[in-house]
Parts: sequence; structure tokens; C-alpha cells
Amino acid sequence: MHTPQTTPKPFSLMLDFLHNTGATTLDVFAKAGEITLFILRALWHCITPPFFLTQLRRQLIDIGYYSLPVVGLTTLFTGMVLALQSYTGFTRFNAESAIAGVVVLSVTRELAPVLAGLMVAGRVGAAIAAEIGTMRVTEQIDAMTTLSVNPFKYLIAPRVLAGTLMLPLLVLIGDIIGVFGGYLVGVYRLEFSPANYLTQTWDILESMDIISGLVKAAAFGFIVSIFGCYHGFNSPRGAQGVGAATTNAVVSASIMILIFNYILTQVFFS
Amino acid sequence: MSVIKIELAGVKKAFGQNQVLNGVNLKVPAGKSLVVIGASGTGKSVMIKCILGLIGIDGGSILLDGEDICHRSRRERDMLMSKFGMLFQGGALFDSLRIWENVAFGLIYGRGMDRVKARQIAEEKIAAVGLKPEVANLLPAELSGGMQKRAALARAIAGQPEVIFFDEPTTGLDPIMADVINELIISSVKNLGATALSITHDMGSVRKIADEVAMIHHGQIVWHGSVKDLDSSGNEYVEQFIHGRSEGPITLGARG
Ligand SMILES: Nc1ncnc2c1ncn2[C@@H]1O[C@H](COP(=O)(O)OP(=O)(O)O)[C@@H](O)[C@H]1O
Ligand SMILES: [Mg+2]
Repeated sequence: MHTPQTTPKPFSLMLDFLHNTGATTLDVFAKAGEITLFILRALWHCITPPFFLTQLRRQLIDIGYYSLPVVGLTTLFTGMVLALQSYTGFTRFNAESAIAGVVVLSVTRELAPVLAGLMVAGRVGAAIAAEIGTMRVTEQIDAMTTLSVNPFKYLIAPRVLAGTLMLPLLVLIGDIIGVFGGYLVGVYRLEFSPANYLTQTWDILESMDIISGLVKAAAFGFIVSIFGCYHGFNSPRGAQGVGAATTNAVVSASIMILIFNYILTQVFFS
Repeated sequence: MSVIKIELAGVKKAFGQNQVLNGVNLKVPAGKSLVVIGASGTGKSVMIKCILGLIGIDGGSILLDGEDICHRSRRERDMLMSKFGMLFQGGALFDSLRIWENVAFGLIYGRGMDRVKARQIAEEKIAAVGLKPEVANLLPAELSGGMQKRAALARAIAGQPEVIFFDEPTTGLDPIMADVINELIISSVKNLGATALSITHDMGSVRKIADEVAMIHHGQIVWHGSVKDLDSSGNEYVEQFIHGRSEGPITLGARG
């Protein structure tokens, strides 16, 4: 299509731009509404019977137990590198005694929940979207509905519950492993005395540091599982559709984790 | 005149710009087997999914036993589902569950039957569709296409439905297996005393399982009659379709 000659070019370009911006904005609002409705429906089915406990147990194991190695390794090396980095930085200020505190606070408040959340988004979020997406495109979800079983109850509620319950547990274990990683580097590389390192860790830590991290973890677990379910459930048709759903689940969950991390930090510590 | 089990009146459905159903009118007589024929992509599957409530309609109404079923609450819809059985085009077996669990799925999770009893019923249905008892413990991926179709049929009839839908039951099967499935459809519908609504473009299957035939084109029913009258319909769409000609009122462009 040619632009009519009477319209000056810059003007028509601007109209185009406004048109696109408007359309995109409307799309975003429509999507946001759709996701909100999906979340409300999922929550409703999490709290109303019937409960499919076998499904819940399977998801608890799938999401929790099998994520343990990933989360453990991530937090171990994070704790270790934190100790190393803060040592090389803090010697410039003669502040080596703060290392243990930096490690434990960063791990419990920020890094364990955020990194565990992101790793689980990659592992669990993708798996949920792929599994539910495949069930969508092969009509298994339709089949379930015709058998009088609500897919929100059978597929979505167990995954959302398991994600929300298991991520705090994973992060708690990750906290311990992360601090232990810092301790290993502190004691075996930087030659702190073990007793000193542990006292410094213990003295600075408050229960709020751990609790805030666990609350974040619950929020991130919810985000990962609900976005996995949402994108899988609404997967476009065909194998390509499932691929797109999987990517979208991971990307949107990761971004939401970072946004909510900021919001929750603001709520807890200001 | 026989009793009408399902009636569609002016049913419309569009996906964006794509007007798939454009005022479908169809009456399915109780206890009879109606087969809908039509080219690929003309909205046959969409029509069945509208009746099942899997897809919401834009206009018109759908009646079951004379009552509107489109504007019901989710709970009522869930209840209605127990009157329906559906054999999906690809089988749609749950691939993480064993065959007997697939067949018993609606009984256990939909109706709250205990597992032992449900398994017993599932094993009966598995035998009824001609599968060996060992198959009960296999996963769907371990079965051939024809066996998967049989298992899916067993699942569709396990809940003793009043109406069974078959979406291209013989597509992708060899002629012998197709005939076996046709026979199973006839016998299971007869045993249940159910009403059957099938979709197919396999003319052999039509002649075998249909009491009545309807032809869908451009989102509307263009012909509906007894299977006896199929060859003398005088309808140019039907003529073209049953003889598989490329010239006629049905053009590739119109098939979308
Ligand atoms: N869920 C859907 N979303 C968008 N378009 C759809 C959907 N389901 C079916 N369609 C479109 O509706 C048309 C009819 O599809 P279908 O009923 O599957 O045809 P068939 O008669 O071969 O069974 C096709 O053009 C298809 O692309
Ligand atoms: Mg179809």
C-alpha cells in the first residue's frame, strides 16, 4: 500500500507509530486480563475439592526433589564466588571481617531465591509448558474435559501448589549450601579460622533475612509454575506452537521473577 | 418422525476473520447413527467441539433432548459431559498413563469410582474392543495406531454415554483395521443403545456405519438425508464428494 501523496511522509510515519503503539498497548492489556483470569481460576481450583493428591505428590517430587541438584550446585558456587570476590574487594578497605556477613546476607536475601527461581524456571517452567502444551495440541486436554475431569484441577492446581510449596524448601537448603560454600572458600583458601567465620555468620544473620528469602521463593515458585501452565494450556497448535509456548514460559517467568524480586525487596526492607 | 437427540440451530463460530461455522442447522435423531461428510478444514471437528462445549459458539443454539446446553454453568456442563463420549481424531490417549488407567480415567477421576472396580470395568471394555488383556498394562506409545484407536474407543464407551462422537475414526488406518474399527463402532453403539455422530471422509466407512448422512460445506449443512439416498441425492456437492471429482462446486479455494 502506498501512502496517499497528500499526506506528508513524517506525518504518516508518526500515525503509523501511534497506531502500532496503540495496538500493542491494547494487546498488552488484553493479555494481562487473560493471565489474571487464568491465575484466579487456578487459585480457585487449588482451594476447592476434589483434590488429586496422587498428582500433587508426583509434582512435589518432580518439582522439588529433582531440582535439588541444580539448586544445590548453583548456590554452592554462588556462595564460594561471593567469598572470593568480597575478599579481593574488601582487603582494599581492611574489611575482611565483613566477608562472612556479606556471604550469608546476599545468599539468603537475594541470590539463593533469585538464582534458584531462575534455574527452576528453566528446568520446571519449561517442562510444565512442554508437557501441558503437548497435551493441548494432541487434544488430551479436550479428552480430559469430555471425561468430566477439569484440567485445572488435575493438571494445573497440583503443579501450582507444588511449585509454591517446594521452592521455599529448595531455597532453605540452598541457603545452607551457599553459606557452606562461602565457608569452604573462607576457611580453606582465605585462611579464616572456622570458628570465627561461623560466629561472624551467625551474629549478623536475623530471622527476617531468611524469612524474606523464603517468601520470595514461594512467590517465584508460584510464578514459574503458573506461567508454565498458562503458556502450555494456551499453546498454539502444531509442534512449533509447543516450542514457542516453552520459550515464552521461561522468558516471561524469568522477567516476572526479577520484577517481583525488586517489589518484594522494597516491601521487606524499606 | 423419530425423537431428536441433538439439534443445532443457526450455530456460528469464527476464529478471527475465519468464519468456520456459518449457521449450521442439523438434527440428530435419537438412537441413530449420523455421519457428517465434508472436505478437510470445513469445520467438522469444530462443530463437534461446539456441541461438547469445548469451544464456545458465537451465535445460534444447541439443544440436547430439547434443552439448550450452551448457556449452562461450568458445573452443569461437567454433569452433561457424562452423557457424552468422544473418540478423538488422534486418539488423544494420556501418554503418561497405562492403557487401563486411560480407559478408567473418567470413572476414577470424573465419577470418583474406586480404582479396583474401575479397573475391572476398564478390563471388560479393553476386551470388548478386541485388545488382549496384557495390553492393559502398556503405555500408549507402546501400541500401534490401530490399537491406540481401539483403546481410545474403549475409553469413550467406558462411561456408558448416551451420545458418542467419532472424529475421523478410520483416518490413517489400513483398510482392514478401518473395517475392524467400523464394526466396533457399530457394535458398541448398538450395545449402548446410544446416538452416534461421526465425522469422516472415508466413503467406505460412511456406507458401513451411517443411518443418515449430512454434508457440510462453507460452514453450512448443504444436504441431509438417509444413507440409502446418498447415491441419488441429486445434490451437486454430494455428487462431487462421493465420486471424488476435482471439478464441481467445491473448489480448492473455497476449502480455505
Ligand atoms: N482452536 C482453533 N483456533 C483457530 N482456528 C481453528 C481452531 N480449530 C479449528 N480452527 C480452524 O477452523 C477450520 C476448520 O477446522 P476443523 O474443524 O479442524 O476442520 P475439519 O473439517 O477438517 O475437521 C480450519 O481452518 C482451522 O484452521
Ligand atoms: Mg477434523
